[in-house]
Amino acid sequence: MSEQKIIEIEVLRYLPESDQAPRPEVYKVPFTDDMSVLQGVQYIKDNFDGSLTFRWSCRMAICGSCGMMINGIPKLSCEAFIRDYYPKRISIEALGNFPIEKDLVVDLSGFIEKLEAIQPYIIPKEPRTVEEGEYIQTPAQFADYIQFTSCINCTLCYAACPQVGLNPDFIGPGAMALMHRYNMDSRDGGQARRMEIAASEEGVYNCSAVGYCSEVCPKKVDPGNAVNINKINAGKDYFLRFLSPKGGAK
Amino acid sequence: MKTRKRSNAPIFWGLFGAGGMMAALFGPVMVFITGIAVPLGLLLPADTMSYPKMLAFAQSFIGKGFIFVAVFLFIWHAGHRIFHSLHEVGIHGGLVAKLSTYGLAAIVTVISGVALLGIGF
Repeated sequence: MSEQKIIEIEVLRYLPESDQAPRPEVYKVPFTDDMSVLQGVQYIKDNFDGSLTFRWSCRMAICGSCGMMINGIPKLSCEAFIRDYYPKRISIEALGNFPIEKDLVVDLSGFIEKLEAIQPYIIPKEPRTVEEGEYIQTPAQFADYIQFTSCINCTLCYAACPQVGLNPDFIGPGAMALMHRYNMDSRDGGQARRMEIAASEEGVYNCSAVGYCSEVCPKKVDPGNAVNINKINAGKDYFLRFLSPKGGAK
Repeated sequence: MKTRKRSNAPIFWGLFGAGGMMAALFGPVMVFITGIAVPLGLLLPADTMSYPKMLAFAQSFIGKGFIFVAVFLFIWHAGHRIFHSLHEVGIHGGLVAKLSTYGLAAIVTVISGVALLGIGF
């Protein structure tokens, strides 16, 4: 057995009952090469300070709970490995662009509101009864939106987006990608309703096409692409709405 | 659900996009011709950009159209880019930022239009 390696993990702590502002704290964590950063944080909680608070669930990049800023980059901590940082110190913080609730836990209520606003569910073109049977979809129609269904709401893209940082009201990459997912679904007829959000002052035009959202996305959803496709859609809606009025933003 | 105001950004974004397309297609070759080839006497005849030739170009319909499109779309592209860059460095979309970017682009558009019409056909 090789000798035990120790990594320094600096955690930005914030306990709302006692701290005025977030403060860094360094822990020396023994690790093995198969340990993720999440496991490192769990080690700290189990062995050094039980009050350390963070979200996690699946440990395999499915649930989207354990996002953190790791050395300043938004990442799922279950997908980042300590060995890749050793022997340098790892610094971890709560996801950027969100208010910190406690330690590594951020307040996601703003994101949830945005998610609700884009109506992330199929709004049928014509409602069908059970007797009329299922909606038929071809593989090509399926291919139009499948990529955008992979979003796990981890909000790494929000932590990456400089425009979300400048304007917290911006609907943002993740919710826009889901908006696009439903708009592109052949069973859906809600595009005009969602256009009200896409074309609004909080909508797609806040994006300055930096593309960092797509870079940090652990599921290759490419939210940046979804936002930019909808700039074209919102532009068409802006200029063509007088020719064929069909709802959308007022 | 809260009421949302429609953004008028498509106008500016459209001009920005069109200007970006123009800049990508014609920018490099224009820099090469006007900034490198003609001053250094490379490839092109020495009088390529002489006054009579340029005047004749600007007096033809196609030449006028090209010069106008190149000038006004380029400046709207630049104006929009600078407007957003100002936002990024912390100068947010106030009246001053709008006037000094979109306002300037609008003035240049008018001047180039008037000047091009003024030199006749």
